[in-house]
Amino acid sequence: MTAQLRFSNLTLGYDRHPAVHHLEGEVQSGALIAVVGPNGAGKSTLFKGIVGALKPLAGRIDRNNMPARDIAYLPQAAEIDRTFPITVYDLVAMGLWHRTGSFGGIGHSDRDRIEAAIRAVGLTGFEQRAIGTLSGGQMQRMLFARLLLQDARVVVLDEPFTAIDAKTCADLLDLVKRWHGEGRTVLAALHDIDLVKANFPETLLLAREKVAWGETSRVLTPDNLLKARRMCEAFDEEASECVAETA
Amino acid sequence: MMLYDAFISPFAEFEFMRRALVGACTLAVGAAPIGVFLMLRRMSLVGDAMAHAILPGAAVGFLLSGLNIFAMTAGGLVAGFVVAVLAGLVARNTELKEDASLAVFFLISLALGVTIVSMRGTNIDLLHFLFGSVLALDNQTLILIAVNTTVTLFALALVFRPLVIECVDPNYLRSVSGIGAYAHLVFMALVVVNLVSGFHALGTLLAVGIMMVPAAIGRFWARDITTMIAVAITSGLVASYAGLLLSFHASVPAGPSVILVAAVLYALSVLFGRVGGLIHQIIPRRHLEA
Repeated sequence: MTAQLRFSNLTLGYDRHPAVHHLEGEVQSGALIAVVGPNGAGKSTLFKGIVGALKPLAGRIDRNNMPARDIAYLPQAAEIDRTFPITVYDLVAMGLWHRTGSFGGIGHSDRDRIEAAIRAVGLTGFEQRAIGTLSGGQMQRMLFARLLLQDARVVVLDEPFTAIDAKTCADLLDLVKRWHGEGRTVLAALHDIDLVKANFPETLLLAREKVAWGETSRVLTPDNLLKARRMCEAFDEEASECVAETA
Repeated sequence: MMLYDAFISPFAEFEFMRRALVGACTLAVGAAPIGVFLMLRRMSLVGDAMAHAILPGAAVGFLLSGLNIFAMTAGGLVAGFVVAVLAGLVARNTELKEDASLAVFFLISLALGVTIVSMRGTNIDLLHFLFGSVLALDNQTLILIAVNTTVTLFALALVFRPLVIECVDPNYLRSVSGIGAYAHLVFMALVVVNLVSGFHALGTLLAVGIMMVPAAIGRFWARDITTMIAVAITSGLVASYAGLLLSFHASVPAGPSVILVAAVLYALSVLFGRVGGLIHQIIPRRHLEA
């Protein structure tokens, strides 16, 4: 096992206010990690840092020389323009960007891949539907199909099962497990503690600072969860400069 | 023979009508797809503001060397690019709402442009600037329009995919590639280039018309972007032809009548359009079984 991602004294935030504070730790290659914590705990911020959308205020993220395209990212509320005239098929096909780029053609084998991905998420028959006609669950299925095509070594899912019905959740969870089985590294921000306990071997409990990180059963103890809940959510506008050094 | 007299002889008999037809149609072919993207990116007003921004630049060209097409084109292009870059910077780096800054901006541009033109030219020149001179296109202008349209179609083909993805899901494009910003720049450059073309034929105030009205028509007839572009180009062509005919027979100014015909097509689309047209919404039809 090698470290796929290594956080060293990582601080991420906005306007100098830290949302993730002095995080240390390693994500092993092939790990299946749940990131748990209350709203405002810094889960989304951490993910933005991992995919490179947010520059660290301090510390660093070592991606083990992995190119950016090897990280597939599903944001919490994907800012998709649902009124745009594009079909489910074409949107899923975007997942092939790493193969096609701006003007590479989409050949027979690519078409097979696209159809297989649409089948895998259970959207067969919806290929020519406009994306604006999909329900919330179908939308999420479609985005998972695109993730499938991205064929990335690391998959980062920000609250993928929020506002999703049980059936859809179970289907998409199967895909997550399939990725894990294929040796991909998966990080998912989740709120459903039971779901995490049942399916995720490793958990990072985050409340701005790392509360606990390790084997799920040892992390999600009542004590730790209480500690996470006590976290103060608001930024202190008068906060002084942080001088803590965790080398 | 009545039909011939009405629909063909104006173009067969008069060279300026043929030139106008070629110019307007060429313009429509390049401008319509640009308009479709502007509309889908909710940037319709940006196009309008940029068209006005071109005016002071072209006016400075006019001030320096009279009605010289190259001076005015160069001035317009420079002004257009400067505004495109500035608008992008302001939108990305400040909290100011884009529509407010644009509204302020195009009023300033219009005032500045009209003032500069009036410093040297007559009212005729001013009319030329504001409404173009589609019936007086010389060879140089026609070639300029043709070159611009050719460049537009090729460049659009090159950035089509990233442009579409940037419209639908900008975060996704950013996560897989850094090309989005370049595609956006190329697109804004194409907007400027087409507005400068349109400026020569239709003037500052109407150049956006041949861009946005056909695009808006397309929205009522198509559910996918390719068809939408095809509908937009077709309606641009129809508007050019019918508008010139109208202007010939009714002795009304050519540029405005092209846009008016497009407006009529737009009104018909709003009423009868297959996608979201009013009639379709009003007439109650039984819902489907599944």
